[in-house]
Amino acid sequence: MLAIDICTSLGEFELEVTTKIPLDGITGILGPSGSGKTTLLRVLAGFEPAEGQIIVDDEVWLDTKSKTDIAPYKRSLGYMFQDTRLFDHLSVAGNLEYATSRTLSEVKQIVVDDVVDAFDLSPLLKRPPAELSGGEKQRVALARTLLTNPRFLVLDEPLSALDEQRRSDILPYIDTMASQFQVPALYVSHAVGEVAHIAHRILALSNGRVQANGPTNEILERLDLLDVTGRFEAGSVVEATVIEHVEHHRLTRLTIDGQTLTMPMEPGVAPGDQIRLRVRARDVALALKRPEAISIRNILAATIVDLFHGPGSPYVEALVEFQKQRLRARITLASVEDLSLAVGMRVFVLIKSVTFESSLT
Amino acid sequence: MNNLAAIWLTVQLATVTTCILLFFGTALAWWLSRTKSRTKPIIEAVTALPLVLPPTVLGFYLLVIMSPDNAIGSFWVHLTGSTLTFSFAGLVVASVIYSLPFMVQPLQNAFETVGSEPLEAAASLRAAPLNAFVTVAMPLSARGFLTAIVLTFAHTVGEFGVVLMVGGNIPGETRVISIAIYEHVETLQYAAAHSLSLALLGFSFVVLLAVYTLNRRFPIRIR
Repeated sequence: MLAIDICTSLGEFELEVTTKIPLDGITGILGPSGSGKTTLLRVLAGFEPAEGQIIVDDEVWLDTKSKTDIAPYKRSLGYMFQDTRLFDHLSVAGNLEYATSRTLSEVKQIVVDDVVDAFDLSPLLKRPPAELSGGEKQRVALARTLLTNPRFLVLDEPLSALDEQRRSDILPYIDTMASQFQVPALYVSHAVGEVAHIAHRILALSNGRVQANGPTNEILERLDLLDVTGRFEAGSVVEATVIEHVEHHRLTRLTIDGQTLTMPMEPGVAPGDQIRLRVRARDVALALKRPEAISIRNILAATIVDLFHGPGSPYVEALVEFQKQRLRARITLASVEDLSLAVGMRVFVLIKSVTFESSLT
Repeated sequence: MNNLAAIWLTVQLATVTTCILLFFGTALAWWLSRTKSRTKPIIEAVTALPLVLPPTVLGFYLLVIMSPDNAIGSFWVHLTGSTLTFSFAGLVVASVIYSLPFMVQPLQNAFETVGSEPLEAAASLRAAPLNAFVTVAMPLSARGFLTAIVLTFAHTVGEFGVVLMVGGNIPGETRVISIAIYEHVETLQYAAAHSLSLALLGFSFVVLLAVYTLNRRFPIRIR
């Protein structure tokens, strides 16, 4: 458990965070730029001074009252920087060796051979970092950080410097990091899609304050967090079970809370698999009667559980529930009035498009 | 023979001065590159003084401070039995002060270019501050060190005014190349003056050429 109770100020900006984060799996730290995500990581690492307390398991890293402030190099935290910060005067192997030679032998569980295999580094070992591509640098930096066998890892927007293609190349390695090496991580990003993909839990920050802290699904559904999650491709993550592939239509059929859904065929999954889907709020429409003669194929029955209208916005964010699973829909204020939509009403949910997010099995 | 003794003495002086400054200059440059103290501009100005001050002014004050009539000078006499003025030790002290900016400025530049980022990375990889300095900041500042060492050495070789004021002209003790040339000219031994002057001219050119060439393409060593 990571217990944080800190405040610090950088010029005009104030960061005030009080929260507890379980140290297992990946916790996404989500928030718009300038919300204090990076500052929080830097305070945890000891690079930025702060008042308050940081306690990791039973180790006190910071406690202003008892004048405890453990030096950064003594904090068992792996920091993966946005700009990788590989040492240019050393080769890739030298960079990895820099981490291993400073790690106590009793905590050495992850060794060079493990990370070289896991991150496909063997062809890179003799090369200088300056000759590597952006994605390769990220892999080396991730491996180097893991080699210190940290209690937990912090990743500061590791994908932000990469193009779309490289991002999807590197994401599997971050999954590997979490599953194969079992190192808990705090993953900072302003991209909801990224966080929804890999994080089990989300800490939402806005203006230097914690807005919410909870399981990914719940946070992405919460309508009052639009500041944090809404500006970027608002949507929901739902879990579904694969029924079958419909080869001649190139579709995969799924079931979600007993109702059927189809999506573009995803060859990587098999019948019976549990998977996560992402549905953008603007791809969801609501109807009072089941529409007929319409091209949209995914029409599901649900109940409205929440409606939220931000001041001055033409849109209303609606939250609908099937049985357990919930979905967000972005509809206009005018539609809400015309249809007299209200919490508790039964509606039909029209889903225009569904994206495969990740496999749970 | 005379000339060879002067050359040897000059090489000794420049080497000792460079070694001392390599230690103190590095510490001072590191402090200057990291500090947020308000005294920073004052220390920077003091460090740069030898660049603009006439060597005679600097030499004059050094002579006064080092004279046995003064605290520092008399302490030295008490310690070693000989005076600091008109001795090799006095020349070293004077050279260290005179050449200080030539060591500190290139190093400060280099350290500022390295920035705090690589050192944070080193700390996150469990390197203690001094260890991080030696294994990351120093290798990344290799060019700065090279420039600083070469410039300090060359500048010490070429100094004249301060040496004349503080050290005088004692063969084998304080008569360095520049003083020897001065004396050759005074005594109208132009041939001897020529040979030493040409040697110094060639040396200075080669040194500067080396600095500029290396600054342009100094391959970073890969381990």
